[in-house]
Amino acid sequence: MTALTGAAYWLPLICAAVIGFAVAMYIVLDGFDLGLGILFPFFAREIDRDQMMNSVAPFWDGNETWLILGGTGLFVTFPRAYAVVMPALYVPLITMLLALVFRGVAFEFRWVAKPHHRKWDIAFSAGSIVAALCQGFMLGGLLGGTRVEQGRFAGGAFDWLTPFTLLCGMGLVVGYALLGATWLVMKTTGSLERRARRSARVLLVGMLGFIVLVSVWTPLEFAPIAARWFTWPNILYLSPVPLATAIFAVACWRGLLRARFMFSPFYSAVALFIIAYIGLVISTMPYLVPPALTVWDAAAAPSSQRFVLIGIAILMPFILGYTVFVYHHFRGKVRADEGYH
Amino acid sequence: MNAVLLARLQFAFTISVHIIFPAFTIGLSAFIATLLILWQRTGRDHFHRLARFWTQIFAVSFAMGVVSGIPMSYEFGSNWSRFSAVAGNVIGPMVGYEVLTAFFLEATFLGVLLFGWKRTPPRLQAAAAVLIAGGTALSAFWILSANSWMQTPAGYVMRDGIAYPVDWLAIVFNPSFPYRLAHMLTAAYLTTSLVVLAVGARYLLVGAFKEEARTMMRMGVGMLAVLGPVQLLLGDQHGLNTLAHQPAKIAAMEAHWRNTGPMDLVLFALPDEHARVNRAELAIPRLGSLILTHDWNGRVPALEDFAPNAQPRVTVVFFAFRVMVGIGLFLIALGLAGALLWWRGRLFTSQWYLRSAGWAWPLGFIAILAGWLTTENGRQPYVIYGILRTQDATSPIAATAVAASLAAFVLVYGVVFSIGIYYIRKMIRRGPQGAAVAGTPAAVEVAYRPLASARESARESRGEPPVI
Repeated sequence: MTALTGAAYWLPLICAAVIGFAVAMYIVLDGFDLGLGILFPFFAREIDRDQMMNSVAPFWDGNETWLILGGTGLFVTFPRAYAVVMPALYVPLITMLLALVFRGVAFEFRWVAKPHHRKWDIAFSAGSIVAALCQGFMLGGLLGGTRVEQGRFAGGAFDWLTPFTLLCGMGLVVGYALLGATWLVMKTTGSLERRARRSARVLLVGMLGFIVLVSVWTPLEFAPIAARWFTWPNILYLSPVPLATAIFAVACWRGLLRARFMFSPFYSAVALFIIAYIGLVISTMPYLVPPALTVWDAAAAPSSQRFVLIGIAILMPFILGYTVFVYHHFRGKVRADEGYH
Repeated sequence: MNAVLLARLQFAFTISVHIIFPAFTIGLSAFIATLLILWQRTGRDHFHRLARFWTQIFAVSFAMGVVSGIPMSYEFGSNWSRFSAVAGNVIGPMVGYEVLTAFFLEATFLGVLLFGWKRTPPRLQAAAAVLIAGGTALSAFWILSANSWMQTPAGYVMRDGIAYPVDWLAIVFNPSFPYRLAHMLTAAYLTTSLVVLAVGARYLLVGAFKEEARTMMRMGVGMLAVLGPVQLLLGDQHGLNTLAHQPAKIAAMEAHWRNTGPMDLVLFALPDEHARVNRAELAIPRLGSLILTHDWNGRVPALEDFAPNAQPRVTVVFFAFRVMVGIGLFLIALGLAGALLWWRGRLFTSQWYLRSAGWAWPLGFIAILAGWLTTENGRQPYVIYGILRTQDATSPIAATAVAASLAAFVLVYGVVFSIGIYYIRKMIRRGPQGAAVAGTPAAVEVAYRPLASARESARESRGEPPVI
């Protein structure tokens, strides 16, 4: 690593930060609309489901685009990692993509199909649950390590499947459901909002449980992660991570208890996700594909990375700008008369 | 079947289903933007009703385009990881620019366009439609640049079997790109124009939505009459470009086996790949040479001039090309006939024309698929022409895994997209709803089309579908 200087050292790090940002945006933004699908079975009334769909209808397309940016971003800036990760996570990846097909078309088909929309309610809900599970499996599979020989994936189709990945899958389902429930607290009114508050409290406890489980499990199973967190002075520098988790968990809980707090539950839940995500990054950096490929091993040619980074530097402010514009344009509680078509 | 063939089938299947929707939405977004601008300018409400009507169809088509497109961006890695490793430095940034410049723009403003009828001022709505139309065209720009680079690579060096970019301008504007972009964008606009024309014709045949139907027919015929001949010229230029850079593809397109003299134009034949001759051939002597070299005596490289392992298979390329050209010529005739009838004042009453136009709606899609089959099969046996063979580009994945995922894609796409197309049909049957001005939709509908809506409500009360 010491041989790398200048652009060869910094470009891959900057690219990794950009992709990390895209993935974080995806997890938060698509997280809450996947969460609504996960919550669907618990909100059976048609009028509630209509409101739930309407609360994300203007945003879901843009939210999902961050997934495309994450995928292509990895292809663009780290082709060697992309060429290893996609075959390694083939089964959960393809399953997730197919689940997203069902969930995505349900947004449009549901309104056209009315009054025969029940099958699209099921497609939306099942698609969301399966997609969230698979994303958790992929996260767990990646953390669990990938067999790489001569730059190619050398494992089997089900290497990713371990008790740990199952834990990650369930954890992500509960986490997304929490994001979805707190989103409803912010965007809806009346009995739907009250019920969302109640569900969110249960889900918050569940998500904290999963955070604790993963935090205990990873250092026990993966020695490098234990070394990263529990050696002096790292343990001191990294202590804000669990501390911030506790603070935002309390803020979320307090917000859920009082009806006048509409925003704090959602933003606290988002903060919890971001902190958990930062924790995972701390555990694995500088590996993109532990334990085989670091960001430097997997990097694209510097001129390719530079070409894309220039585009990102120019275009990302616009993208963020009009994303904020759209969220602002459709701000506030969803009105009951605001139909889709 | 081996993993390479299965991976090819999977890509061909997923991208063929996918391309139908972007090809439609590229044109449709431009159409909606035009309608909204016309509405702003003239204040005539039927433009607004049409815009709302097509926006609903756009929403369903766009959603299907998005969900069928996401797997594509992952398939490069899951099934074609060697391709990704070899070409990632070059292809990757172009796909990345597509996401950054186009996808976010389209997806974000789609929310404004779709959801904003109550919250958004008309001017902003028209702006959103224009941005989406621009986004779809930008998306075509980048993905066609990437595809063209795979056909005619430029601006790179190979080191240790990996392509490294040298000159980004040369990469993006590689030799076949301008032709392919112009040809495909025109194809997309033609395809949508044909659908719009067909829907207009079908409404007129049953006497429904007359004002909207006439506008759709006028716009559709106008586009066909202008863009049809333009497409012929663009296609000719594209062919000459292919002759310069991929002569083996031209030889396969024309089933031109032996280079013994000036090339005939084969109108029809049954190419025999084994004996390397054409059976049941119907050909016009020397016309092939005239078209491709603009000289009666011009010589065109034949398949025998290429090494056996550098030739594409002939049958698919040959027939797909003929389907595309045949449909193209038919569309030009349809456009010109429509223009003639329009001039004579009989466009909206000529039954044979309304009927032919009404049935012609799928032809643009078929021509686009046929064109892509021609160019992609004509590139074989390479995935990146001259650099990487298709058989060397796949992932280290078991054939069973690829077969299983292929089966899953066929099943899921078959179900989801047939239902989607059924719903689009349903929306077209229902027709434009009159909620453009204040008041309940029903009241507006009656005010605008007393007879049609009365007939429809009578039909609905009997539980029958409208006859469109």
